[in-house]
Amino acid sequence: MVNLKDLSKNPERVTGGHRLCAGCGAGIVARQTLIAAGSTAVVVTSATGCLEVSTTIFPYTAWKNSFFHSAFENSAATCSGIEAAYKSLKKQGRISEDIRFIAFGGDGGTYDIGLQSLSGAMERGHRMLYICYNNEAYMNTGIQRSGATPKGAHTTTAPAGKICQGKEQNRKDLTQIMIAHNIPYVAQACVGNWNDFITKVQKALDVNGPSFINILTPCRLGWNYKPEDTMSLARLAVETCIWPSFEVENDVYKINVMPKEKKPVVEFLKPQGRFKHLFKQENAHILETIQKDIDKKWEILKYRASVNC
Amino acid sequence: MIKLVYPKGKLVAKTGNEVMAEAMRQIEPDVVAAYPITPATEIMQIFSQFIADGIVKTEYIAVESEHSAMSATIAASAAGARAMTGTSSQGLCLMWEMLYIASGLRLPIVMAEVNRAISAPINIHGDQSDTMGARDSGWIQIYSENSQEAYDNMIQAVRIAEKAKLPTLVTTDGFIISHCMEVVELYPDADVKAFIGKYKPERYLLDIKKPYTLGSIDLQDYYFEHRLQLAEAMKAAKNIILNVAQDFKKTFGREYELYEKYMLNDAEIAIVVIGSTAGTTKVVIKELRDKGIKAGLLKIRIFRPFPSEQIAKDLAHIKAIAVMDKADSCSGAFAPLYSDVVASLYAAGVTTPKIVNYVYGLGGREINISHIVNIYKSLNKIASGQQKPSTTIEYINVRKTKHSLFYKCE
Repeated sequence: MVNLKDLSKNPERVTGGHRLCAGCGAGIVARQTLIAAGSTAVVVTSATGCLEVSTTIFPYTAWKNSFFHSAFENSAATCSGIEAAYKSLKKQGRISEDIRFIAFGGDGGTYDIGLQSLSGAMERGHRMLYICYNNEAYMNTGIQRSGATPKGAHTTTAPAGKICQGKEQNRKDLTQIMIAHNIPYVAQACVGNWNDFITKVQKALDVNGPSFINILTPCRLGWNYKPEDTMSLARLAVETCIWPSFEVENDVYKINVMPKEKKPVVEFLKPQGRFKHLFKQENAHILETIQKDIDKKWEILKYRASVNC
Repeated sequence: MIKLVYPKGKLVAKTGNEVMAEAMRQIEPDVVAAYPITPATEIMQIFSQFIADGIVKTEYIAVESEHSAMSATIAASAAGARAMTGTSSQGLCLMWEMLYIASGLRLPIVMAEVNRAISAPINIHGDQSDTMGARDSGWIQIYSENSQEAYDNMIQAVRIAEKAKLPTLVTTDGFIISHCMEVVELYPDADVKAFIGKYKPERYLLDIKKPYTLGSIDLQDYYFEHRLQLAEAMKAAKNIILNVAQDFKKTFGREYELYEKYMLNDAEIAIVVIGSTAGTTKVVIKELRDKGIKAGLLKIRIFRPFPSEQIAKDLAHIKAIAVMDKADSCSGAFAPLYSDVVASLYAAGVTTPKIVNYVYGLGGREINISHIVNIYKSLNKIASGQQKPSTTIEYINVRKTKHSLFYKCE
């Protein structure tokens, strides 16, 4: 685990003055990632999304390190191109510094349109850290459903209505998909558990190969909650085990934040406007399904961690 | 037949794909990213073997799609590397979004492109629909008549792209050039390397002492100015291309311009065409000239930037012109080259030539000497007033269409 006193000495490389919403989790993710990198030189790429548009409004930038964006679906391919250029220039002696490469993407740019690009980059083994700041829908484009949107959530393209109760399908388990790539380091984290996340970023950056972190990142607008609750709300996701904090390092599972007492999922869902309709009496069965699904997955994860595989 | 021009050159028999790969070997870019979409070009396979054999030190990224190929090439270029890729047909289509980004970010990427038809129906054979579809993407487009030109164009493209700060693609006609073996003069590695020089980017992402943000969101207050800069850069590229050609001639002896004039100055009838069909046309012109028919040719080498003012001057005296497109824009009007030629002439106040648009060779359909002869015959009749020029596209060598000039012959 990292030490706050040490971290406070690290440079701030995502500056204030960006245009992200008050309470936005994405800005927190970016800032903590760069703090975790310490004095290591980094080049950052990002998929099109809130983080990118809000931090790089021309002629301004919130980034003190080099930052590159080109499109929505290619943050990983982009990062791999920069990493390849680095290898080439370094080999030729045209640059001497050690540089690390970090790619950001929202869940839309990672789970959906960017999945192929991400999968390819991980398979090719580029030394890069991909961080999915997962706010569970296309928040930048207008809160449309994504492959990361959980069952029952209201979004603008899978809205709750007279006959539909939000998204009807389960989200895909991208973290497991990344684990199946057999890369050296994969982790889940949440905004709010800053020490856990920063520790993971440091581990990931030390890995000589590809690494992936899927961090649950509340979106005040899309989740519809009070902006001051971002941290506590995200922590509830870990405490209810709907979003466990764990890592898989060289094929070994470890649960990083073990809830003292596993809270019922409704404690996480209730404060969020996107799940409001689920608390109507007639939708109790949906809540039950969600809880059952969490319980099952949590048991599987605990089992994997217990047998170290 | 290609003859030795450069004293240190050597003649070899190679396919178009092989010579493009040879040019890439000599250029030895820092990074290459490519994907073998169907139809794939051999260029990247040949180049991969150079890497496997330790002949080049290029970092090769075997990406999982053409979209990622262009994305990774863009990123490598932005990072400070000399970056190249290659593709054709569907691959170029899949790159479409990223083509605009490469030029918008002013990255001097060079791409080896093989002109092949695009789906549907799936075809794989040669036509120019792929690059014509990308004509508004802000890429310099250089077309080749044969393998020698493809090789020479690749070498020049590196200098052009880096000076103009514009991505540049060099094409060959699928199969006709890409798969056919021809005699080509290759120049020594060291001389090619000396000609292209070292790449020194002004600003790049890996320069950590001068970090910067590239790919910002650019709203109403700046976007238009940046797009205007791009348009101006494309216009300014004409002189850059000519300067590089001049230097190339001085170094290696072969002469290039924005387009080639073949027996055009005293011609009364002329064909305007792009790529390998120019070779067939030259054969026909020689025969016609022997018969006293004043036929000529204007072969477009540089389609983007379009040599508008220059073309208008060189075509002003022609009585009847056939503009031959190996792509159809399905516009309900005319094909791309014709539209640009006619607009160029009209803008320059040149309104006397009668101009007909021919579309030919889609999906690799044969275009041979007899087709070209028929076009000149028709132009002759138009020039002498015996025939009215068609006001719609004439489709050559295609069945079951009453619009086809040759339908009745068949």
